Amino acid sequence: MSAIAVHELTRTFDDFVAVDSATFDVARGEIFGFLGPNGAGKTTTIRMLCGLLRPTSGHAQVAGFHVARDAAALRARIGYMSQSFSLYPDLTADENIQLFAGLYDVTGARFAQRREWVLGMAGLRGFERHVTGTLPLGFKQRLALGCAVLHEPLILFLDEPTSGVDPVARRGFWDLIHDLAQAGTTVLVSTHYMEEAEYCNRLILMNRGRIIAAGAPQTLRSAMTEAIIEVITDDAPRAVEALTRAGGVIEASMYGRAVHVVVADAGAQAVTMVRETLVAAGRSVESITQVTPSLEHVFVSTVRSEGGAVAG
Amino acid sequence: MLSPRRTLAMARKEWIQLRRDPRSMVLAFGMPVLMLVFFGYAISWDITDIPIAVLDQDRTARSRHLIDAFEASGYFTVVSRPERASDIDDALVHGRVTGALTIPPGFTRDLAAGRPAAIQLLLDGSDANTATVALNYSSAIAAGYSRDVLLQGRSIEAPATAETRVWYNPTLESSNMIVPGLIAVVMSIIAAMLTALTIAREWERGTMEQLAATPVHRLEVVFGKLLPYLGIGMFDVATTVLAGVLIFGVPLRGSILLLAAMTLLFLLGALGLGMAISAVLKSQVLATQVAMVATYLPALLLSGFLFDIASMPAALRAVSYIVPAKYYIAVTRGVFLKGVGIDVLWIQGISMVAFATVGIALATAAFRKRIEA
Repeated sequence: MSAIAVHELTRTFDDFVAVDSATFDVARGEIFGFLGPNGAGKTTTIRMLCGLLRPTSGHAQVAGFHVARDAAALRARIGYMSQSFSLYPDLTADENIQLFAGLYDVTGARFAQRREWVLGMAGLRGFERHVTGTLPLGFKQRLALGCAVLHEPLILFLDEPTSGVDPVARRGFWDLIHDLAQAGTTVLVSTHYMEEAEYCNRLILMNRGRIIAAGAPQTLRSAMTEAIIEVITDDAPRAVEALTRAGGVIEASMYGRAVHVVVADAGAQAVTMVRETLVAAGRSVESITQVTPSLEHVFVSTVRSEGGAVAG
Repeated sequence: MLSPRRTLAMARKEWIQLRRDPRSMVLAFGMPVLMLVFFGYAISWDITDIPIAVLDQDRTARSRHLIDAFEASGYFTVVSRPERASDIDDALVHGRVTGALTIPPGFTRDLAAGRPAAIQLLLDGSDANTATVALNYSSAIAAGYSRDVLLQGRSIEAPATAETRVWYNPTLESSNMIVPGLIAVVMSIIAAMLTALTIAREWERGTMEQLAATPVHRLEVVFGKLLPYLGIGMFDVATTVLAGVLIFGVPLRGSILLLAAMTLLFLLGALGLGMAISAVLKSQVLATQVAMVATYLPALLLSGFLFDIASMPAALRAVSYIVPAKYYIAVTRGVFLKGVGIDVLWIQGISMVAFATVGIALATAAFRKRIEA
């Protein structure tokens, strides 16, 4: 049985369709990603799965519980970390742990053991009595994660857990997510950092309330039919200008010093075509190579092929 | 099933937060006694030492005797003795005096001749209450003076006299009436203000979403949040009662236990009401203001604290029946001054139970665990 089974899940706010017929399954112990820009419907979907928001139509089962009907029983078996930092800032780290232990019925020896685990995991030993609001953001986020998994939930929902954190702390946070998954927790995590999606076993791409692609990161990348050619020239803006007008080029954009050119078909022909276009425009080409598409390329390409614009 | 552990976890958290918030601490522990003392001294219907000016144009032993009678009463103090009538106007306009007594020339002559001798008392009617009281006192003083003049030292038996005796507040001290009522008014405000912040704060800070994702039941949240404030409310009533007895010398004649039980019920209702307002509005500023208006005005105006309900128009009288403070004031005045028990206060008892039930029901109904927005 899958940890999460979602079928045609829809949520509307008046005329606005926040989530449109989402259907997907999450296996036990999987790290499952929601990737998409702000406003794609990631948070709304997670809130419905946690029983915080009633679906307009469709249904979802989480850990075997119906999200709309059995919300109360469901909450004891899931952990949730909302988008904004949401522990009590005027309580100390230890008081926050004690509060959530009380709410999740974690008591006695188990409490002592879990408390130690959280303090160690969050790197908060020696800071137990510091008021949470004064801790650095990275520590707060790890403490929030600790409070969300105090009761060792079957399924953990993380809504953009790393937004606003520096890259090093973000990396460390993902190590924690991996450890939890290793221990058997199913993790559903949303992010708008494309590179973070690479850490997921499987993911769905969401845009404007709809799932536009689903699969493992590797599968999504190889399913992309278009190719990306990276060129370095003497004048990137003028190269983009020349390439955009050329036939066979879907899109040309600056990527740092380089220019990324999206072409319909991969192969030597395309590389030749790009080189010739640039030379004809009077540019000198320093290097030209075909690169593996990133998830960002996949995302943009998928949105483009659907004829839509990116929300955000 | 309600879990005591979860309820206590909420209560403990609420208490810690309260302790670390200086604004709430002042509201919880400082305000009640401060308000009691402040209002207790400011509101007084006992009028003494009314400042008056005296223009004695007769200048005889008799006229001086009359002025002495005014001063000896204790209700009037002569603060100025102008020479001309025009000075009186000036003193009244500037508020230096509240009244002006003029004894015209020929006062003694008229008395001696057995003719009616007129004296004039001008009163500043802009404070109608004081003016009315001054009017009554001065009539009484003049009547007593006239009787003395007529009898000229002889004594008579009046054919009929009314033996009046005032029960419960024999000296008619207004503080005896104000302080017990004031405790009810102050607690109405404080209780609703205390809890008005509590749920709105969770929505504003985004902690409500985290709380909602835990297995905590909304009744556990409501009771958990009520507990510390209930404790504070009881403490506040105890200190204000103590202050009433010690500072204002109000007698506490009835059962403290009955007062405590009624207070507990009243606080449950008032705290629940504040929490319901907080849960519906989801904004601390708005909730505080609404809680203030919803409790302060009815408690002050429609509870019988300041104005007699029996003399209100029918519509306001009808509204007063749903003002909880009205019943609680009956309890505090009854227990303080009359020393009555539940055999008299049973209607108030039922009202308190109803108020507590409605308050908690409203808070629970208003509190939603879902994030529907």
